[in-house]
Amino acid sequence: MKKSFDFAPFISSLVAIICGLVIGFIILLVANTKEAVPGFVTILTGSVAHGMKGIGQVLYYATPLILCGLSVGFAFKTGLFNIGGSGQFLMGSFGGVLIGLTCKSLGPMQWVVALLFATLLGALWGAIPGILKAYFNVNEVITCIMLNYIALFWVNMTVKGNTALFNTLRNESKDIPAAATIPKLDFDKFFAGSSVNSGIVIAIIAAIVLYIVLEKTTFGYELKACGFNKVASKYAGINENRSIVLSMLIAGAICGLAGGIMLLSGTGRHIEVKDVIPNEGFNGISVALLGISNPIGIIFSGLFIAYLTAGGFYLQLFHFSKEIIDIIIAIIIYFSAFALIIKMMLTKFANRNQKPEYEVIKEQKARKDAGIAFKDLKVKEE
Amino acid sequence: MQLLYFLIQQTLLFMIPLLITALGGMFSERSGVVNIALEGIMVMGAFTSILFLNFTQGFMSGNLQLLIAIVIAMVTGIVFSLFHAIAAVNLKADQTISGTALNMFAPAFAIFIARIIQGVQQINFNNTFRIVEVPILSKIPVIGDMLFKNSYITTYIGFLILIIATIVLYKTKFGLRLRACGENPQAANAAGISVEKMQYAGVILSGALAGLGGLVFVVPTSTNFNATVSGYGFLAVAVLIFGQWKPKYILLAAFFFGFMKALSNSYASIPFLFELNIQSYIYKMVPYVATILVLIFTSKHSSAPKASGIPFDPMQR
Repeated sequence: MKKSFDFAPFISSLVAIICGLVIGFIILLVANTKEAVPGFVTILTGSVAHGMKGIGQVLYYATPLILCGLSVGFAFKTGLFNIGGSGQFLMGSFGGVLIGLTCKSLGPMQWVVALLFATLLGALWGAIPGILKAYFNVNEVITCIMLNYIALFWVNMTVKGNTALFNTLRNESKDIPAAATIPKLDFDKFFAGSSVNSGIVIAIIAAIVLYIVLEKTTFGYELKACGFNKVASKYAGINENRSIVLSMLIAGAICGLAGGIMLLSGTGRHIEVKDVIPNEGFNGISVALLGISNPIGIIFSGLFIAYLTAGGFYLQLFHFSKEIIDIIIAIIIYFSAFALIIKMMLTKFANRNQKPEYEVIKEQKARKDAGIAFKDLKVKEE
Repeated sequence: MQLLYFLIQQTLLFMIPLLITALGGMFSERSGVVNIALEGIMVMGAFTSILFLNFTQGFMSGNLQLLIAIVIAMVTGIVFSLFHAIAAVNLKADQTISGTALNMFAPAFAIFIARIIQGVQQINFNNTFRIVEVPILSKIPVIGDMLFKNSYITTYIGFLILIIATIVLYKTKFGLRLRACGENPQAANAAGISVEKMQYAGVILSGALAGLGGLVFVVPTSTNFNATVSGYGFLAVAVLIFGQWKPKYILLAAFFFGFMKALSNSYASIPFLFELNIQSYIYKMVPYVATILVLIFTSKHSSAPKASGIPFDPMQR
């Protein structure tokens, strides 16, 4: 059987993006008619209009978006909804900060160990909903939401309670020393003035690794099989509980890695001791949906959302706040939820010359009743 | 004793918005639609009604102003929740994703519009709504001190909603049909009930109550609205689960969560608790940990509505 590339999900992502942009533009028009057009143009072109710096910023913003998108998308493949990315991100941030501030003795290996520890904490935080789902049949969405808040309060408490980590004056974690930050790979010279660093390379490598795991290994096949049909997979000899736990564990690990990378970037990002959950995990959901949960697709959707975000940064020149970007992204997610409907409409459109199944059956019945031989019928295959 | 009264009064302030919002969530989930957009709906309800308080301060005050704000909050909640209803009921979309989208939209929209209208994102209001003493009732010993001093009219509205919600859910035709749609929509449909209509009703009720919950959360605890309800919508989801989707348990869950919140805010002024030296973060964490534990222990006999979160498909009969 020849497997042709299925365009339907790609088109549904495109439709969602267009709807988001159009409605965003309408909101700008209503809010301030005069500045709507230049404002909208800034969103669309702001990043490239500022040369290499703008492109560097897009890559910097894209790093956590791609990683968290990969995390959510990977869990989606196993039929799990990882809405706990923010909690896992926060745990990873904490892991990165802890090693980055306290383990000077590690020397040049410090950032590597810090990232590994961040990944480990994220994996732990992701594994909990996985275990609860697999062995106690607890809905992972609810556990993830609860764990987001538990992570928030635990990290705040621990950072605040540790003098080695806490900057009392600014109510946030201390600055990471330059020796512990992740390498810049001369990106800072090439994209002068931007915050980009090797994190984006790690994100892209992670995407490729996950793509290979999902598409080329037995393990990935088992994970996807569980996502399609848990019962059938079990019947086929796949340990479905193990798949669920491992899928969430890996998803958590990637978000933890994202947290570690962001905090060790040396770009002025800290763990702020506020009762506010970081947005990264939720943004990952939109990236994963737009990238139709495909690791390679997620690289592009992450870059796209980062592009909008970087463009929104320049909106301050006008009387708009950058929150319009979040509004547009929210609308895009809302429309991606309709993927099924758009897909159905597309299939209907493609098959508009074909008779629907039930009419074919009706016709068969009618002919049978009329005594016409069954084999005369030409039933088109889908 | 004075301390206990103070703690109960504080608890009431925190538990009432949770109670109202969780009851809203209950209507939605019992009709078969998962609504994790409660947080976003709360933000929108609080946003428009606080904006109203801001516009009318100076020439309006007191509980009349608050009552109008309540109506505005509920209407906003309904309008906003309709987006979730369209996605979940008409378009059979993934309810969690649609809810996530609404949760992202609401704070961004509130900040964007507030900045356009007044330049800054905080919306200030004068709190002229505190009832120092309810006449006559506050003279009742113990109960009078706990419930009828330093209170807000919203507290009594919250309990009124609890009573009405219980009656509607268990003693009316509407409630029976709503529950049927959440347990077995195909059977309900076969019995001639319009599942779509019932689910719309469920989501709209959740919108109205969550919108109100947003206002009720902001008014007693702050004098400005900063496009957030501090995760209270998600906490309400936890209350709903902790309360096993039943009004009486939801009341207990809301009380427990509200009490923990009150402790985390004021434990330093209570000598006995201050001695224990437990950080406020621990009190804040307890409700979430407790919810997970409850989920683990009840997962074998979950009382969650069986069809909750599954788009209704009449062909699956």
